Amino acid sequence: MVEFNLPANSVVKEGKSFSAPADAKNVRSFKIYRYDPDSGDNPRTDTYDIDLDKCGPMVLDALIKIKNEIDATLTFRRSCREGICGSCAMNIDGRNTLACLKPIEDIKGEVKIYPLPHMPVVKDLVPDLSQPYAQLASIEPWLKADSPTPPDGERLQSREERAKLDGLWECILCFSCSTACPSYWWNSDRYLGPAVLLQAYRWLADSRDEYTGERLDALEDPFRLYRCHTIMNCTNTCPKGLNPALAITEIKKMIAERRA
Amino acid sequence: MKMQSDLGRVRGLGSAKSGSSHWWTQRVTAAANLPLGIWFILSILAGHTADYDAVHAWLSSYFHSTMMILLIISVAVHFTHGLQVVIEDYVHNRKAEVISLMLIKAVAAFLSVAAIVSVLRIVFAGA
Repeated sequence: MVEFNLPANSVVKEGKSFSAPADAKNVRSFKIYRYDPDSGDNPRTDTYDIDLDKCGPMVLDALIKIKNEIDATLTFRRSCREGICGSCAMNIDGRNTLACLKPIEDIKGEVKIYPLPHMPVVKDLVPDLSQPYAQLASIEPWLKADSPTPPDGERLQSREERAKLDGLWECILCFSCSTACPSYWWNSDRYLGPAVLLQAYRWLADSRDEYTGERLDALEDPFRLYRCHTIMNCTNTCPKGLNPALAITEIKKMIAERRA
Repeated sequence: MKMQSDLGRVRGLGSAKSGSSHWWTQRVTAAANLPLGIWFILSILAGHTADYDAVHAWLSSYFHSTMMILLIISVAVHFTHGLQVVIEDYVHNRKAEVISLMLIKAVAAFLSVAAIVSVLRIVFAGA
């Protein structure tokens, strides 16, 4: 059954507090989830008061400031700081998004930061994404064709055919959507989740791909695809403004279309 | 200890290659429930269910008994399909899942057949 309470060793406790320098005028509190698997302790939330006058505008700037100046043990993933690598996906102010694209100004009051929901936590804000990565590999996200490559090198695509990939290729695989989806929370062992299904549709929609039927065969499953109940959390949360729910609906329509 | 690779675990037993007819049936019965439901509500408002004699006269009609049987079938199918999804979503103990799935289908089958037999009795036996 669905568990409504956290196991005793997962209950989040109140942690340490770090106050801002005395001369700080523009102070904001950041309440951050901390978990260290080596300590054996329960997870806790530490509170860091930051002087926003001496901090960049984004939540990621604050995290880097905390790690550099206050608490070097704070662990999180980040790389490009411009919303294209997908590393800093986390739950900020109750919503999955990229820390590098989330302005601190957009959040009222205390900034609460947790790892992506319902994933095993490696440490602090770092979730274990092995399962969604394996699910991505399982849909074989690459061009599959039997026709030989044209001798002059490229498989051609008209402008209209190429336009069908817009809204799909932009996905950076941060998994904000999959980890926002209740269906994925309860059945991630069998349901592929919105991020992976959007990638599946990216190849179904590609005019150059010749394995549409096989791809649909692999997806037509009560759990892999049809666990989607159009809850729309995926589309609401996508930090890139994409619409995974629409992509999933398109897959369902393709399967309906090939039926008698 | 589990040493199976993530990909092996995710691929699992493979695709069931089904689910689309379940999904489609749920939508078709939802669409059918709309006109049938409106007919049912209008019938209640028109006083056809006021007392025994009114119901009897109402369901003796060729049209209304047909509509009632269609409503019973459509609601029963939609109900079992919807509840099946809820159980598959939330009940993760396989034994409990299979038993509850069979149970809701048996209950829905019994209730809908009993309801249809009742309508047919009014139509044919006049009881």
